[in-house]
Amino acid sequence: MAKRERLSGNEAVAIALRQINPDVFPAFPITPSTEIPQYFASFAADGLVDTEFIPVESEHSSMSAAIGASAAGARSLTATSSCGLAYMWEELYIAASNRLPLALALVNRALSGPININCDHSDSMGARDAGWIQVYAENNQEAYDNMVQAFRISEHKDVRLPIMICQDGFITSHAVENIELLEDEEVKGFVGEYEPENYLLNPECPMAVGPYSVTDYYMEAKRSQAEGMKAVEQVVLDVAEEFEALSGRAYGLFETYRMEDAERAVVMIGSAAGTTKDAVDRLREKGEKVGLLKIRLFRPFPAERIAEALKGVKAVAVMDRAEGYTNHGGPLGADVMAALFRARSTAYAINIVYGLGGRDVRVEDMEKVFADLKQIIDDDDAGETYRYMGIRE
Amino acid sequence: MATDISKLGLKTKWQDLTEGMIVAGAGTSRAFNTGEWSNNKPQFIADKCKQCLLCVPVCPDSSIPVTEMKRGEFDYEHCKGCGICVKACPFGAITMEGVN
Repeated sequence: MAKRERLSGNEAVAIALRQINPDVFPAFPITPSTEIPQYFASFAADGLVDTEFIPVESEHSSMSAAIGASAAGARSLTATSSCGLAYMWEELYIAASNRLPLALALVNRALSGPININCDHSDSMGARDAGWIQVYAENNQEAYDNMVQAFRISEHKDVRLPIMICQDGFITSHAVENIELLEDEEVKGFVGEYEPENYLLNPECPMAVGPYSVTDYYMEAKRSQAEGMKAVEQVVLDVAEEFEALSGRAYGLFETYRMEDAERAVVMIGSAAGTTKDAVDRLREKGEKVGLLKIRLFRPFPAERIAEALKGVKAVAVMDRAEGYTNHGGPLGADVMAALFRARSTAYAINIVYGLGGRDVRVEDMEKVFADLKQIIDDDDAGETYRYMGIRE
Repeated sequence: MATDISKLGLKTKWQDLTEGMIVAGAGTSRAFNTGEWSNNKPQFIADKCKQCLLCVPVCPDSSIPVTEMKRGEFDYEHCKGCGICVKACPFGAITMEGVN
């Protein structure tokens, strides 16, 4: 029996974690993710969870402790944002290469500098090649639902990789929305007990984790790691199917919104997709064939399915909430364009950098993007493919 | 269990590696000789040793073998020459160049 609530994204994620009742949660505060461990610490103090909550002295330590706990055989996680994630850099790769299931509740925030505490995706985009699974949310409900599904994906025997559950700093983390919560027992049943096959605290089979790999082994190790990533897409879909049966809410690798006969499309990640849906609705009322593809799973990148979903489109704008400083655009633009190229797409594609450091995205801004795509089709010329939106110039 | 390390070797394909490169079994570091990592080594002066064994637990590399409650000569295959044992010995029974 679902419960209706009004919650911020941070509170919703903290409640999901209370319901999951993980074994170990080391954390260090950083805006805008601070509330997640803050709420959770009160759950721990009130005896609502059995979790070992460890207030550590840095993000380097919080991720190290989460890794140590996972290697020992515990279900562990931590939370962070921005520079906190940057400070975990070394450990991110260690968690992934050691094939340790664990979760990171990431609240996306701009990286310094200039120093800024508001939303963009530069933190997690920078970590996109670390070997972590990355799942993004549009709103508070999705942040909660993704957190509930996280450990099922991460701990799956074919995957065993760490997972980053991302939501937009302040926009969803602090804004309060109506949300539907599952019952505690439902979440407990869905997530299940964690029973690792190999773990450090297993007296039946002592083992060493994270040994030095000389040149003779390193490449084989990395190739073996890639195999775990290859299993992720199917596991994400399977877990989503089970979650839908429980909650009634459907998830995939990405969401297509009014894409059926769309000639123009926007591809983007995160909360601005909600704004874009309003723009799509307005334009559809005027008879314009526009649609949205919102990425949920960014790592691994479901390139073939995305290209398939964009097959009938004449022009596409890929929106990046992070700079890539490639002189060609951002990371999502590069991935989507590579996917289109491999699929022999003839669509015009442009890459737009937007929303950096919390810059507002309005419905009118997105209507303008669709108008620009119309211009491109009319001109039969993409023009500048690397653009900025919402910039004073 | 994917922890059979007996087949690991230079010809091992990626498919046969253990997941996450875990090494199953206890005490496997014995097979990895690290003694050549340093030039300076501690010297054991048996005449001065009272067999108090204070040096044994402080050795980070378990390079001081003990049999029948008595320590023996250093295991130079694994000693990295950190010199901690020199500091731990109250009787001057261990010396090492550069360590007082």
